[in-house]
Amino acid sequence: MKTKTLLLGDEAFARGALYSGLSGGYAYPGTPSTEILEYIQSSPLTARRGIHSHWSSNEKTAMEEALGMSFCGKRAIVAMKHVGMNVAADAFVNSAMTGANGGLIVVAADDPSMHSSQNEQDSRFYANFAMIPCLEPSTQQEAYDMAEYGFELSERCHIPVLFRIVTRLAHSRAVVEVDDEPRPQNELHYPENPRQWVLMPGNSRVRNRQLIKDQEMTEREAEDSPFNRLTPGTDRTLGIIVSGIAANYVNECFPEGCSFPMLKISQYPLPRTRVAELADCCEAIMVIEEGQPFIEEKLRGLLDRGLTVHGKLDGCLPRDGELTPDAVAQALKLYCPSLAHLSEGFNAVNEMVVPRPPALCQGCGHRDVYSALNDAMKEFSDCKVFGDIGCYTLGWLAPFNAIDSCVDMGASITMAKGAADAGQRPSVAIIGDSTFTHSGMTGLLDAINENTPMTVIISDNLTTGMTGGQDSQGTGKLEEICLGLGMDPKHLHTIDSLPKNHDAMKQLFVDEFRYEGLSVVVSRRECIQTARRHAKKG
Amino acid sequence: MKSDIILAGVGGQGILSIATILGSAALEADLYLKQAEVHGMSQRGGDVMSCLRLSSKPIASDLIPKGKADIIISLEPMEALRYLPFLAPQGWIVTSTVPFVNIPNYPEYEALMADLQARDNVVAFDMDAVAKESATLRSSNMVLLGAAADRIDLPVEKIEEGIRRVFARKGEKLVEQNVAAFRAGLARARELSNPKS
Repeated sequence: MKTKTLLLGDEAFARGALYSGLSGGYAYPGTPSTEILEYIQSSPLTARRGIHSHWSSNEKTAMEEALGMSFCGKRAIVAMKHVGMNVAADAFVNSAMTGANGGLIVVAADDPSMHSSQNEQDSRFYANFAMIPCLEPSTQQEAYDMAEYGFELSERCHIPVLFRIVTRLAHSRAVVEVDDEPRPQNELHYPENPRQWVLMPGNSRVRNRQLIKDQEMTEREAEDSPFNRLTPGTDRTLGIIVSGIAANYVNECFPEGCSFPMLKISQYPLPRTRVAELADCCEAIMVIEEGQPFIEEKLRGLLDRGLTVHGKLDGCLPRDGELTPDAVAQALKLYCPSLAHLSEGFNAVNEMVVPRPPALCQGCGHRDVYSALNDAMKEFSDCKVFGDIGCYTLGWLAPFNAIDSCVDMGASITMAKGAADAGQRPSVAIIGDSTFTHSGMTGLLDAINENTPMTVIISDNLTTGMTGGQDSQGTGKLEEICLGLGMDPKHLHTIDSLPKNHDAMKQLFVDEFRYEGLSVVVSRRECIQTARRHAKKG
Repeated sequence: MKSDIILAGVGGQGILSIATILGSAALEADLYLKQAEVHGMSQRGGDVMSCLRLSSKPIASDLIPKGKADIIISLEPMEALRYLPFLAPQGWIVTSTVPFVNIPNYPEYEALMADLQARDNVVAFDMDAVAKESATLRSSNMVLLGAAADRIDLPVEKIEEGIRRVFARKGEKLVEQNVAAFRAGLARARELSNPKS
């Protein structure tokens, strides 16, 4: 039986994976990937089958947990935002070396335009250099269909598969036709070649040669993939190569059908024969892809001359930001002047309309921390505050303007340490509870071992706030973690971040800033959003 | 049929519930639908926008191209004006006139309203007031949906059924409040302008 249902791209993939015999979902929350594990957590099938669906401490632990499940022959997924791939990279790249036993899909949700991220890195490059096949759905239906296909591909080729989606697919809803009959889960079974899982140099050299040889097989899979389609066209002045959701924007420009031949790519390695087939019949090529010019760079060999290749590198399409139907129409206008009407004559925005940046919620404990911190800083000539990734990054904006950096998960503590090592006083780190257990604990151990003169503020809201309130791994044990790492209890303080504690918190900060050693202040107050939800549930 | 709708507001105002209801109504009517929204950082009191596309034919892009939106539905007057480049030449703006001031440089209210009122095809009124009168303040998003209902290519009853389905698990009282707010919004908009022919 098939049913039509309304799903986000994230949910469509999750549903597809669940019903293809999934045994474990692993993830750390990150926009725009969070809804994948949330969907799995809320599915009755998860409870019925005992499918793993707890949040992991970070993307690397999630990746390794899933790899362990694959080792045992069961199907697993790992989901993360694109920058999470950097955290998981060690495990991800080496999972190409071990290969997969049970089907293993790694989902990277890229965020071009940086709606909620610090960069626009394109995860397809990871798949490419790890020599891992990559799937890139263009619709919610494909996201659903490709989950099962991805598990089969992974098991057929004995390798993990990278599943690359972008914000506008992850967070866009559409009608998806789904199967109601779940496939059985895999039985526990071990890898046929156990040596491959022990990456000592002698084993790795053997495996590396095999992995390189297997590229022929994974490329052939892409050549024959039902998701890589070449549509013929009558106008050979241009051949279009589209990948992922870029296909939708081209189709939007040509509601009656596109007259240019078009190759849609949704599976990598790049199917070179299909690309050559298109190139042979066209006078020029335009590559339209979401993210960085991945396919385009592959087409532009340093020394090959002849065929004109348009794309992001010749300025035909914008080099940054996500694609839009308008940007695609603008580029195609070069070959199809009749598209001009799609790219001009729009209403203008009145200049009195001003940007409305996001802000910390009213009643949020981070506000109280920043207000006390700002008052404490007034007593010092040059205090530097190293921030981190989470709602409290908004402390950079008015009215607080309180932080001097925000780089990557956990960097507040380690950068404050580097600054203190350089002679900065006071040197302050501010980090949230979930970010602390994600990547802050190891940096704190460095500071503890050297008793670095700096102050770490852990602004604990008892949840992973920015992504909508997922469980945080350190809840209820932050002080124990610090003590366990060897923190001096005399300089480990806990305070409730409430307006009535403003003066006490300020004084505590001032005292610890003056101390020539390491201090940790845990300021605690439940996130106002999750508190409201908890109150409703009673 | 085809309706390309831009939903606008400030993070936390409840525009996504409008999208959920229209989505449910479209699914029931066996229409194609795409609805792109933004989660994460921008939901924290920043400007938020969702593209909702309904059609009897398959829909290509998740994003609405500029100049193609049939209607901008907004819970906030400045947010309604932010997305003007997306509005089709004969498109409609349906917005609440209640400003949400959480930034220091919010424009002068009279000038904002003058810009809005000088345009053709605008339905604008105090939706908070209508919500309070007909149900509760929290239902102003349903007043907005009601005010826009005549300009969306779906039968009004189908939208109302969507409200009943979406709020059903939250209890009868909430369903009735939301339906009452929806009907009040619809009635008010009909008073203010001639419905579509």
